[in-house]
Amino acid sequence: MDQQNPAQHAAVDVSPTRRAFYTGFINGVMGLIGLALAAPAAIYLFFPPKVRKEAEWVDTADLSTIPPGTPTEIAFNRKRVDGWKVTTEKATAWVVKQPNNDVVAFSPICTHLGCAYHWDDPSHTFICPCHTSVFSMDGKVLSGPAPRPLDRYMTKIDAGKLEIGPVEPQA
Amino acid sequence: MRTVIDWLEHRTGIESAVKNFLYEDIPASAGWHQIIGSMAVFFFVIQVFTGALLAFNYAPTPGEAYNSVKYIMTEVTGGPLIRGLHHWGASMMLIIVALHMIQVFIYGAYKKPREATWMVGVTLLLITLAFGLTGYLLPWDNRAYFGTVVTTHIMSGAPIAGPYLLRLLGAQGDSVGNVTFSRFYALHTVLLPPLTIILIGIHIYLVRKHGVAPAPGDNAPKRKFFPEQVFKDTVGVAIAFIILFLMAVLAKVPLERLADPTDTAYIPRPEWYFLFLFQMLKFFKGPLETFGSVVLPGIAVLGLFLVPFIDRGPMIRLGKRTFAITFVILAAIAWTGLTTAAVITTPKNQESAEDTSPQPPAAGAQPAAWQSLKPQELAGLGHFKKEGCTGCHMGPGENGIGPDLTKIPANHRTISWLVPHFKNPSKIVPGSAMPPIDLPTADLNALSLFVLKLTPQNEAALLTAPDFVTQGATVYQANHCDSCHQIDGTGSTLAPALDGVGLRHDRAWLEKHFADPAGVTKGSIMPAYKFSAVDLDAICKYLLQLPKGA
Repeated sequence: MDQQNPAQHAAVDVSPTRRAFYTGFINGVMGLIGLALAAPAAIYLFFPPKVRKEAEWVDTADLSTIPPGTPTEIAFNRKRVDGWKVTTEKATAWVVKQPNNDVVAFSPICTHLGCAYHWDDPSHTFICPCHTSVFSMDGKVLSGPAPRPLDRYMTKIDAGKLEIGPVEPQA
Repeated sequence: MRTVIDWLEHRTGIESAVKNFLYEDIPASAGWHQIIGSMAVFFFVIQVFTGALLAFNYAPTPGEAYNSVKYIMTEVTGGPLIRGLHHWGASMMLIIVALHMIQVFIYGAYKKPREATWMVGVTLLLITLAFGLTGYLLPWDNRAYFGTVVTTHIMSGAPIAGPYLLRLLGAQGDSVGNVTFSRFYALHTVLLPPLTIILIGIHIYLVRKHGVAPAPGDNAPKRKFFPEQVFKDTVGVAIAFIILFLMAVLAKVPLERLADPTDTAYIPRPEWYFLFLFQMLKFFKGPLETFGSVVLPGIAVLGLFLVPFIDRGPMIRLGKRTFAITFVILAAIAWTGLTTAAVITTPKNQESAEDTSPQPPAAGAQPAAWQSLKPQELAGLGHFKKEGCTGCHMGPGENGIGPDLTKIPANHRTISWLVPHFKNPSKIVPGSAMPPIDLPTADLNALSLFVLKLTPQNEAALLTAPDFVTQGATVYQANHCDSCHQIDGTGSTLAPALDGVGLRHDRAWLEKHFADPAGVTKGSIMPAYKFSAVDLDAICKYLLQLPKGA
């Protein structure tokens, strides 16, 4: 650099056709490489991992211990596939037993933004403390921002025991 | 579009900065031989990109690292491809960095005024090696664990600095654990990447400051970096990327068994680019070992840094740089020779490395520790090893993540406590990080029986029982041999007891007997058994090793 003579300062450029070819090639190849990296990355990030375990049914409470007509919160342990780990976690359900022994088990999560709601005995409603969604005893939205009724767990009764399965899919 | 660019240009000057970068003058003699530096930068970008993606699904602790890598490899969609790109990308990056350095060396492009550019480049080579070294540990499988154990041992031998280096890397005693793991992870993902970016920045700045090195006597008018040289760079990048992508798709990235410090059958080897160092160490014995492992490589690195000060003449034509070219060729031959020697002298790692046929136990010989266990307990030991229990319950004198199994409290020393615990650890022991063991109850019973046999005195010996013993005992249990036979007083007396059967019969007899019992022993009511080759091998070896009953 330091010993060049002034006449060489004007650098030579390539012809316009070559230039167009080079530019097209560079953009095209870099675009393809970008795509070859972005597509696997998108698949990696947005596609769900393979499911390792089918839905599980858990024995919970004796049906006779649940009073009819009043929502009762019952707790149970269930397995959860959490990434690379299978963990046992505590879960709860709001269970309502009808006089004819039919049982409905609500998922304890408000359908608005996922807060835990509770049963308010005086008003006879489920109330969510976050954004004051109110649900009736059969899970219907009475007021507030909740977009749909409470989610229900699948249930079975086997030898007087309530078994709770996964949450019922939305209709 | 133009208005947006104009706005950005007016506010930030970005367009003129890019143009200034692209329209740099380069010598007329620049060309294909100078594309490798750009390729190295490109591969660094790929490593950062794929590394960040891996980190999204990776748990950086010894307790969970292996499982999360397994999760990436078996469950995450596209996981094997991303890990493949990162794994093979690391190897390719190292090759490219080395080629870049060799090119600069052969051409003598490090000469005045480019000495600093060279030295920053050598630092970047060392950082690339450090990336490889620290990344090697992160899958926490056997190769990762033992590779790192050996590396930290070598470092500990460094004169003066050894103990400090060891403490810096968090290694204590002879094993590598939580602290070392975290430090390697921090180096690999937190410290080294920004350091590399800064040094690449300085490196490119210096290249710009002094200009791309021209060939001696190149007085032709200069050209622009863009588009011709960028085109050539792009061709190089594209070819390397295609190779990388094909490797990521086609070549399997190894994930061996969970790191197991007690696996005496495992043959540890470093990653391929360190094999030459590994092989060289074999030439240095006793007090000379540190010389070979630390001093000599240290001198080599120092020599590399000082190259521009050793070779100080003016730039000369490539054809006249015979010494540099000869030096590179000799170094390449030495490297290839050492690496090849290391590869061909490495036995293959197998699930059961014990392939030497065992001899029947000699009378009066010291019984092996496993010979005190009954078949069911030995089968339990087999499950213990296969399920990777030793990864956390590391055995005598080691502080694993799991408790010392020789010190199980008395109220837990029953099958009825252990089996539910195996099935669902955190339910029985709240907060337990142990993963559930997914085995049939019969196998969990065997596992419990084995765990209950562990004592501080026998643990080490039992854990090193050969694989054919546990495998053979598992076959014995699975085929209910004990419904008729007896070993060590357990089983039925319907058929002959098998204690010391190796003193009465040989391997050929056993194999024939399994295939056609009545044909070999007149009147035998034993049904014929057709085992797989592996199972037959295991059960024969196991039976032949059974000691004579008391």
